[in-house]
Amino acid sequence: MNQTEVFYRQVLRIRRVEEEVARVYPTDKIKSPVHLSIGQEGVSVGICAALRKTDVVCPTYRGHALYLAKGGDLNAMIAELYGKVTGCTRGKGGSMHLIDVAAGVLGASAIVGTTIPLAVGYAYAQRVKKTDTVVASFFGDGAVDEGAFHESMNFAALHKLPVLFVCENNFYSIHSPQLARQPHANLCDRASSYGVKSEQLDGCDVPELYARAQAAVESVRAGDGPRFLECMTYRFREHVGPNEDFHAGYRSREEAEPWFARDPLRLLGQRLDPIVRTRIEAEVELEIADAFAFAESSPFPPSEELLADVYLEAQ
Amino acid sequence: MTRKLSYAEALLEATHQEMAHDPSVVVLGMGVDDFRGIYGTTKGLAETFGPERCFDTPLSEDAMTGVAIGAALGGMRPIHVHIRMDFVLLCMNQLLNIAAKARYMYGASVSVPIVVRSVIGRSWGQGAQHSQGLHSLFMHVPGLKVVAPSTPYDAKGCLVQAIRDNNPVMFVEHRMLHFQRGTVPEHLYALPFGHARVLSPGTDVTIVGISYMAVESLRAQSLLAEVGISAEVIDPVSLLPLDVDTIAASVAKTGRLLIVDTAWTSCGATAEIVTAVFERLGGRSVPFRRLGYAAAPCPTTKNLENLYYPTPATIAQAAHSLVRGDKQPWQPRSVEAPEVVEFKGPF
Ligand SMILES: Cc1ncc(C[n+]2csc(CCOP(=O)(O)OP(=O)(O)O)c2C)c(N)n1
Ligand SMILES: [Mg+2]
Repeated sequence: MNQTEVFYRQVLRIRRVEEEVARVYPTDKIKSPVHLSIGQEGVSVGICAALRKTDVVCPTYRGHALYLAKGGDLNAMIAELYGKVTGCTRGKGGSMHLIDVAAGVLGASAIVGTTIPLAVGYAYAQRVKKTDTVVASFFGDGAVDEGAFHESMNFAALHKLPVLFVCENNFYSIHSPQLARQPHANLCDRASSYGVKSEQLDGCDVPELYARAQAAVESVRAGDGPRFLECMTYRFREHVGPNEDFHAGYRSREEAEPWFARDPLRLLGQRLDPIVRTRIEAEVELEIADAFAFAESSPFPPSEELLADVYLEAQ
Repeated sequence: MTRKLSYAEALLEATHQEMAHDPSVVVLGMGVDDFRGIYGTTKGLAETFGPERCFDTPLSEDAMTGVAIGAALGGMRPIHVHIRMDFVLLCMNQLLNIAAKARYMYGASVSVPIVVRSVIGRSWGQGAQHSQGLHSLFMHVPGLKVVAPSTPYDAKGCLVQAIRDNNPVMFVEHRMLHFQRGTVPEHLYALPFGHARVLSPGTDVTIVGISYMAVESLRAQSLLAEVGISAEVIDPVSLLPLDVDTIAASVAKTGRLLIVDTAWTSCGATAEIVTAVFERLGGRSVPFRRLGYAAAPCPTTKNLENLYYPTPATIAQAAHSLVRGDKQPWQPRSVEAPEVVEFKGPF
């Protein structure tokens, strides 16, 4: 498979998984808020392609794309959304708290900004343990408002820790546009002020994103200190839930049109032979159908699970 | 004519009327000026009073709490709104180290009239970080006041009082309460803190239901009535100051106490209320029980979430065992709270 095929396959897989989530949602089988990444998948796919399997990512509640791009188990994710015991958190965390430690996906948090310092601390541990693991912290433009972002950035820069800060700038925090919250829109300028080398990237252009991320990851791995990537992207659906929300009034369909036109899935698809696309699509559909069937047929956690695992006791 | 409003509408009316009445009242918080307007509780305020008096904030809970306190020191009466109580954890330094102490620590030179509104979430798998009831953390701290009314009438009167109060007031809401409807007078009224409300009288057992658990306790009361047990249901309304007199008088009458919280029991409001009541009864204790969240973070999957919370059936059962003892087991029919069953957002 050439690289375009790989990227197309990954973006398509995430897109179709989330479209299935959206399709199933009205049946109430998924009883959990879902923050879909539809439109933003390119960022996770491009960056994760530049990471090793042993590298680690810290996601947010809008984490389906990153979880899957980093190699998180699809069956365990869908089962989790269904609240089943076979889910990646045994039905305890739902969509907002995906985790797959084996794949290098640290747990997601529903509290904005909280995972940013966790990434920094994880990177510090790698320094002490002398591994060459890189930690990628993913967060939104809203999280940049939080003190934790700035304090983490400062500390990571101070100690030249192996962290890649990845901001998925989709221009909104819920319904608040970036400029209603920040007087200066260029987040790279803010990151640079901590002495962190920063780049603004096009989140729709996966091959380009991959190339730039590769260079940044190499530099981080080499011990040159953290990097900051601001990836410009756009959320196609509502903040939380399966639907579009252009009728709500806080943003217009006109604003979204150029992003629809540059949908990362479409841009990649255009570069592929339709026969190849059809083959990939068929494979992806099979895998997804299997994952939903797995979730459907899995059991709910037994009642004893309610009080299990509050602590890890000595064995 | 008795006009009915929802709890959410009552909060909006209280805020609107106080803002019209007092130009120093301002509302800030994430999403207060968007089309959803915090479940309708702040809807239209920005349009009516302008963006200087009702404004969206960056995602900066810690600093914005300090900003609210600073504004209060500068002569305003800010209402800082959090769509989840879990987010108030980011505000703790400012609330506990400044707001609660400023009056005392600065030798009565200043006061901090702020209101911090926050909503306890529940249902639809919102999980561990969006369902916490943390009011007892604030009840621990002298200098703060904590209120958690359960009826639309008390919601309006207590919010007005909270705004007028010269001290920091933690105003605790519950998402499931926003849908409750009840009689709310149109005129502006304030309800002084420290007054519990006997929601429904009874003779066999006193059930104190905190916040949303007052609603669930009333449902339990109906179940108990089916087996001939008469429960008195009390909403403490104000947790700090706490109206120990009303609760203790009820316990002296019924001889049994059940306290139900929408929070954990350990070091919680239930522990405080039991102790305060027994102290008031001169050290005399009566049979009592406490119910609250299971001692775990809130799970997302529905079958575990159902076990996590006290329900009308578990409340009724606990009251039943207080009255009749454990030798007569009783399985009340299960009563599902419509607001919990139907809830699918907005979150
Ligand atoms: C500390 C905190 N404050 C507020 C919220 C409510 N909230 C949930 S998601 C969100 C938007 C965050 O925007 P952004 O970081 O840009 O991420 P996006 O949702 O756009 O992916 C907000 C404000 C929260 N979860 N945590
Ligand atoms: Mg955003």
